[in-house]
Amino acid sequence: MATSSAVTANYVLKPPPFALDALEPHMSKQTLEFHWGKHHRAYVDNLKKQVLGTELEGKPLEHIIHSTYNNGELLPAFNNAAQAWNHEFFWESMKPGGGGKPTGELLALLERDFTSYEKFYEEFNAAAATQFGAGWAWLAYANDKLKVVKTPNAVNPLVLGSFPLLTIDVWEHAYYLDFQNRRPDYIKTFMTNLVSWEAVSARLEAAKAASSSSS
Amino acid sequence: MTTTVIIIIFVAIFATTLHDARGATMEPCLESMKTASLPDLPYAYDALEPAISEEIMRLHHQKHHQTYVTQYNKALNSLRSAMADGDHSSVVKLQSLIKFNGGGHVNHAIFWKNLAPVHEGGGKPPHDPLASAIDAHFGSLEGLIQKMNAEGAAVQGSGWVWFGLDRELKRLVVETTANQDPLVTKGSHLLPLIGIDVWEHAYYPQYKNARAEYLKNIWTVINWKYAADVFEKHTRDLDIN
Repeated sequence: MATSSAVTANYVLKPPPFALDALEPHMSKQTLEFHWGKHHRAYVDNLKKQVLGTELEGKPLEHIIHSTYNNGELLPAFNNAAQAWNHEFFWESMKPGGGGKPTGELLALLERDFTSYEKFYEEFNAAAATQFGAGWAWLAYANDKLKVVKTPNAVNPLVLGSFPLLTIDVWEHAYYLDFQNRRPDYIKTFMTNLVSWEAVSARLEAAKAASSSSS
Repeated sequence: MTTTVIIIIFVAIFATTLHDARGATMEPCLESMKTASLPDLPYAYDALEPAISEEIMRLHHQKHHQTYVTQYNKALNSLRSAMADGDHSSVVKLQSLIKFNGGGHVNHAIFWKNLAPVHEGGGKPPHDPLASAIDAHFGSLEGLIQKMNAEGAAVQGSGWVWFGLDRELKRLVVETTANQDPLVTKGSHLLPLIGIDVWEHAYYPQYKNARAEYLKNIWTVINWKYAADVFEKHTRDLDIN
């Protein structure tokens, strides 16, 4: 069962690791105010209400995600639990002055598993652009391999048995205020100006450590 | 599921035609396949204010619906080539693009007709026989609206909430569909009377995350006359109460 120790939320609305206006002009303060301040906050608040008085109350967030995923037959709390996790993971996937190409071991692995950074970019971009409706695109790690995954609504790689390393939110609320219908422009801006490769590298290290300690 | 069956039947008919009519009669059959086009809005872009802003109507019609039309036609073209080549795995692979973009076109074409400016009857309650049928099935018009709003608010991710007629069971229903799945994907006998788009693009610039507010306000511009006319036409011979 894949876990990620980087995000342990436990039903707290953690602020992003940057000020709400720090990603301007690539992601507006207004977007962060609504996306974090309303959407993410609602997932956390509603999750708390939803698990109150149930056997899920007090359980770690990832436990709730796995048990309510229920092998694809989603139970009611899955949406709020997974979305709370996904959004915290998303903020931590970005930084002011981010974007561009990664370096070091991460670049080497991307080149190994996608033949080039450009091929990875193309695949990640395509996944993000072609996820119908609401969802997410991910870079994930499993069986010592990097791969690109796209998921609908609240689904994330944790429930699919892999370690999430990077995500982009492609629900319309993530980009509509800044880009309206132009999702491709949003994806390009994210990759060029926002991705925190440091966060991705740290997650990769954690994933490798977790993989080897469980094998 | 049912849409897939319909598409497979459609493809089978074409495949049979191709097999029987080689040469001159083959191409015209495929070429007469009509592509979709963006229907005009039956009202000005600002005519649904303040319920739905001009900004939303422009983006929704000129960008979102137009994109569904463009991508649907592109997929149809690819389908045409795949069929001509006997490339069956491509034919099957294209189904999800056709369902998504074609569904987007179908759904939005209905949606524009489901809305009307207030001065053209938007928000005015329906006439009989629909009015009585609504009272019989939902207790009151308010009861129906509350159910639509509750189900619309509960849609996770992108989708639609529908008020429809089940022609087989002879009753009115409220249903939701995901993404751009048309109502018929929930039952082949279901006929849409009113659909409300609850994709975020339908309300975000104006309402942001407040979908419930959008749902509350949209009823002031719902074109009940369209729904009542469709209902009357389809129940004339059905003997519905």
